[in-house]
Amino acid sequence: MDSTVQPVIEVRDLDLGYNDYVVMRNLSFSVNKGDIFIVMGVNGCGKSTLLKSLIGLKTPTKGKVLYYGKSFWDEDETGQQNIMRRFGVLYQGGALWSSLTVGENISLPLQLYTKLSCQQIQEVVALKLSLVGLEGCEDLFPSGISGGMRKRASLARAIALDPDIIFFDEPSSGLDPINARKLDDLILELRDSLGATVVVVTHELASIFAVGNNSVFLDMESKAMIAAGDPKVLLADSKDPRVIQFLTRARVQGA
Amino acid sequence: MLPEKLIFDYSVPKTLLIKLSGDWQISAGLLSTNEVTSQLNSHPDIVQINISVSQELKWDSGLISFLLKLIRECGHKNINVAREGLPQEAQKLLSLALKVHEKNISSQKVREAFLEKTGEKFLQIIESSRSGLEFLGDIAVSFGRLITGKSYFRWDDFMLIVQKCGVDTLLLVSLISLLVGMILAFVGSIQLKMFGAQIFISDIVGIAMVRVLSAVMTGIIVSGRIGASFAAELGMMQANEEIDALKTLGVSPVEFLVIPRILALVIMMPVLTIYADLMGVLGGFIISAGMLNLNPVEYLNHTQQAVKLSYVWVGLIHSLVFGVIVAVAGCLRGIECERNAAGVGIATTSAVVTGITGIVIATAIITYICQFLGV
Ligand SMILES: Nc1ncnc2c1ncn2[C@@H]1O[C@H](COP(=O)(O)OP(=O)(O)OP(=O)(O)O)[C@@H](O)[C@H]1O
Ligand SMILES: [Mg+2]
Repeated sequence: MDSTVQPVIEVRDLDLGYNDYVVMRNLSFSVNKGDIFIVMGVNGCGKSTLLKSLIGLKTPTKGKVLYYGKSFWDEDETGQQNIMRRFGVLYQGGALWSSLTVGENISLPLQLYTKLSCQQIQEVVALKLSLVGLEGCEDLFPSGISGGMRKRASLARAIALDPDIIFFDEPSSGLDPINARKLDDLILELRDSLGATVVVVTHELASIFAVGNNSVFLDMESKAMIAAGDPKVLLADSKDPRVIQFLTRARVQGA
Repeated sequence: MLPEKLIFDYSVPKTLLIKLSGDWQISAGLLSTNEVTSQLNSHPDIVQINISVSQELKWDSGLISFLLKLIRECGHKNINVAREGLPQEAQKLLSLALKVHEKNISSQKVREAFLEKTGEKFLQIIESSRSGLEFLGDIAVSFGRLITGKSYFRWDDFMLIVQKCGVDTLLLVSLISLLVGMILAFVGSIQLKMFGAQIFISDIVGIAMVRVLSAVMTGIIVSGRIGASFAAELGMMQANEEIDALKTLGVSPVEFLVIPRILALVIMMPVLTIYADLMGVLGGFIISAGMLNLNPVEYLNHTQQAVKLSYVWVGLIHSLVFGVIVAVAGCLRGIECERNAAGVGIATTSAVVTGITGIVIATAIITYICQFLGV
């Protein structure tokens, strides 16, 4: 592939808001294939809202989100679904379907979108579960496993269809340091093995530096993105006190 | 209000010195700023307020809350309030409280005036009826897809919901229909006894139950048990982002969650209603045969003659309509649910209210149509 390949996701002049309340203005960035792209910013600055607009749950006030050059919000429903089928999403709370077992949760996307037989689906489910370290948990219900396991199970669901793009909303929240670290490693491994592009919403500094190679920094006060690029480079070069403060966990001056 | 808590001193021009003393703790009650306001109104030249405290001042958050109100009020009037005279700890608390306030004020909702609230409510009603119609449209489309075999239907889920509808409501339906049948027989007998026409109790019980009452009773029970549980289930799924997860998978939540529930109720409601018909007639029979000394065989024969087949159909049409209403109300409220635990509670209540209101309105309309058609 040449170096001028189309970005996987391109965001152009995106405005986000709820009714009259503006959350963010004029977001523009692009995510390239194989990136692990970090969306960071303080609590309430609009990271989850941005993610919702990216995965097709919330119409932006203005602007475009392009996937492989196709504008998501200008597609008709079938077009949108075709794009969405290439996503895997790990929600903040896991969002496993509570009436289904872990195994059924993972097999549902496979039943819907593949022509595999029951037997084959079971095999794929077992494979995905072992990828996240949950082999043999097929028949447990989401309510009967721990928060960390739920998170991993829902990661297994997110990668059930071998997605091109995986979205994570605060993957390490609620995980202990060891499991948070394991999840970071898993994200890297999945990117390499599936060739996926990854978008992560997080404010966990350790994982930002461990996995991220590109990022945007959203600022609440100015309602805009105030920095973009490799987080490690941002840490070294950024002059913006808000970015430095965030990335170094420094104390607010004058408080 | 104790006068010695606040002393006003105007000895310096354009400056008001407020001397605080006494008990300013919350347990002593919160002082309003009215007194200071009226002082300020009568001295419009004041631009500066200084505060001093006496030695034996007792204070906690009560004082801070008073000062906070005062500072905000003076802020509107462009009067400066000097905090230097206050105890150190109080100054710190105040600046902490003021800082948080300044940060959040941009995004916080202000408390609305009555008219504004009414207007808001009205707009909400319009919005919610619009979303309700949209939801009905979605349901219609999904049904179309189901009939043409384009959508994904989980039979296991459907069977589970059908079973739940039956199991959860059977006992209540039995009890209530039986009692309603008994009550009807009792009340009817009071009048009919005067004419010696007690045997017509069977007509009253049979016709009333079969035509409308058992359907309405069953509808209300199902609304309370099943409609509410639909709303709670879907509301929880909304709160846990499970519905979002369905959407991003490209599955319509209406197809996946709502259609099986509507179908289940549409199947179970008529079954339950027929069952309630029988229980109601049984209730009337028990009273008539057991307490009013009517001939049991004659009673049953009479019932058979009185209840025409068309009445059974009318009852079944009621029950079908109620099934749709209850299921749609439950699912709609669940899907619209706000993403927190309180939202689930509100959704549940609102599902039952919508369901029962819908049932009563639908009964009125169907009764009118039947009258019109002469059924
Ligand atoms: N459903 C909603 N309706 C109205 N405003 C909302 C809604 N959801 C979020 N907001 C507002 O939008 C802003 C951004 O919220 P968002 O959830 O995107 O923040 P976030 O960056 O994900 O925060 P956190 O790090 O705490 O998860 C917040 O100020 C919030 O008050
Ligand atoms: Mg968030």
